[in-house]
Amino acid sequence: MTIAHGFEAHRFITPVVKNLPPSGIRRFFELVASTRGVISLGVGEPDFVTPWHIREACVQSLERGYTMYTSNYGLPELRGAIADYLAWRFGLTYDPMKQILVTIGASEAVDLALRTVLNPGDEVLIPEPCYVSYQPITKLAGGVPVPIPTVMTDNFALTAARLEHYITPRSKVLILCFPNNPTGAVLSREEMQAIARLVEKYNLLVISDEIYAELRYDGQPLSFASLPGMQERTILVSGFSKAFAMTGWRVGYVAAHPDFLAAMVKIHQYTILCAPVMGQMAALEALRSGRQDVERMVEQYDQRRRLVYSRLLEMGLDCFEPRGAFYIFPSVAATGLDSATFAEELLKEEKVAVVPGTAFGASGEGFIRCSYAASLADLTEAMNRMERFVARRLTFNQRAVAQV
Amino acid sequence: MRKKILDLLENNGRLTAKEIAIMLALPVDQVAKEIAAMEQEKIVLRYHTLINWEKAGEEEVAALIDVKVIPQRDLGFDEIASRIYRYPEVKSVFLMSGGYDLSVLVQGKSLKEVASFVSQKLATLEHVQSTMTHFILKRYKQDGVIFEDQEDDRRQALQP
Repeated sequence: MTIAHGFEAHRFITPVVKNLPPSGIRRFFELVASTRGVISLGVGEPDFVTPWHIREACVQSLERGYTMYTSNYGLPELRGAIADYLAWRFGLTYDPMKQILVTIGASEAVDLALRTVLNPGDEVLIPEPCYVSYQPITKLAGGVPVPIPTVMTDNFALTAARLEHYITPRSKVLILCFPNNPTGAVLSREEMQAIARLVEKYNLLVISDEIYAELRYDGQPLSFASLPGMQERTILVSGFSKAFAMTGWRVGYVAAHPDFLAAMVKIHQYTILCAPVMGQMAALEALRSGRQDVERMVEQYDQRRRLVYSRLLEMGLDCFEPRGAFYIFPSVAATGLDSATFAEELLKEEKVAVVPGTAFGASGEGFIRCSYAASLADLTEAMNRMERFVARRLTFNQRAVAQV
Repeated sequence: MRKKILDLLENNGRLTAKEIAIMLALPVDQVAKEIAAMEQEKIVLRYHTLINWEKAGEEEVAALIDVKVIPQRDLGFDEIASRIYRYPEVKSVFLMSGGYDLSVLVQGKSLKEVASFVSQKLATLEHVQSTMTHFILKRYKQDGVIFEDQEDDRRQALQP
């Protein structure tokens, strides 16, 4: 028996948590925060404030005394409205009482889904670059993340060929997040169909994070669950943050097979109990009368998207034209800089903040993520600054080549 | 297409034809031609700047005046409206439904200036029955823009 030498907190922390990498942009964040006059294109949320009628609905619900717990599943009216929305938008039928659960944002929903289905050692297929949380929460749930790189030549879509290459007998779950953060990629119906065939062939479960579904610029929003045979195999995750500019409210939801839902709600009831009622009241108002707001915001994102895309090409950066979400993911290869160096030097020299592509997985090397959820004035000024920066690097490289 | 161009220009008259063309995915020549045509057709009347004069430290007094008039045979309200809107002090004139007929916005350097314009020029016009003057004390919002300093971006500078 060993004798304790005083209290050492770190000894109490599990190796899984200890070994989780800290956020890849922490140090960079501090640099951005301590620099004055920065225009940030590094923000992962709308620049719009939640529409006033939605905020007002929340205030009114407080005045009327809605301050209690709700059902573990969420307010019945809200679940009904979510079911109606999924039916209207994607032609999907869900029983609002047995198949829909209101969560603390889409993040909790993904976590619940993974914890519900993973056994130790189960492999989770994760197309990258992707949102930063999928790998860590997979590990916390005992799973093994298997990143699948997506590339610019495939428009950052997940191709069936690539997916099949990474499938093993231990593969259990495929996480899809399209429209994608950080690339702005989407999946066409055909691409989804090809993936669906493999999902069936290898008996996989899909967790489809469709938080950006409404923000699509090349046609109608599409849910993976709406493909033939996929509804029961898909845990559909979405929320209000991006479409309704409601990030801070933390309201999301999951729609799934009743067996998955009954299992997930057990974890949810013991850890969370229920999503805050204020946020749920606001979300209800958003679904009931927020359609015009979504359309107005999507139109503006679309206009900014085209402007930023055109400016990035003009300054000489190779770039995939994004089709969803509010991010653009240009290659910085032409400058000869890696992602992190580009982001750091751009910040120091021109005070524009972008996120290095490597924050979203190893396959993000050579790219940066710019959010165009910013005012037109800020975007234009940021592009002017970035253009100067890129021009300097390009001339420098040409001189270097000439000298060789 | 015109509607989309106008929507953009109404919010920001300084957008160039090229910027508008990119934002709407239209050919730049076509956008330039449309804008020129709309200027010609007096659809686009002026590129306006919204100024917070109070913040600029300039005195400015404005009043909204409810005007009751006797409409004229065959001419209706148009004739009397045109006699009113010709004054440079008058910034806008609207024909209203309800308790009075014309709503007139008058601007001047001082309270006295505006008041004397109303009593000497406006109220004495033939066919003007009565006036009621409401001085504007504070502008909160105009043309969709809130005058109070807007909160800064409250978002974290960097998020995944």
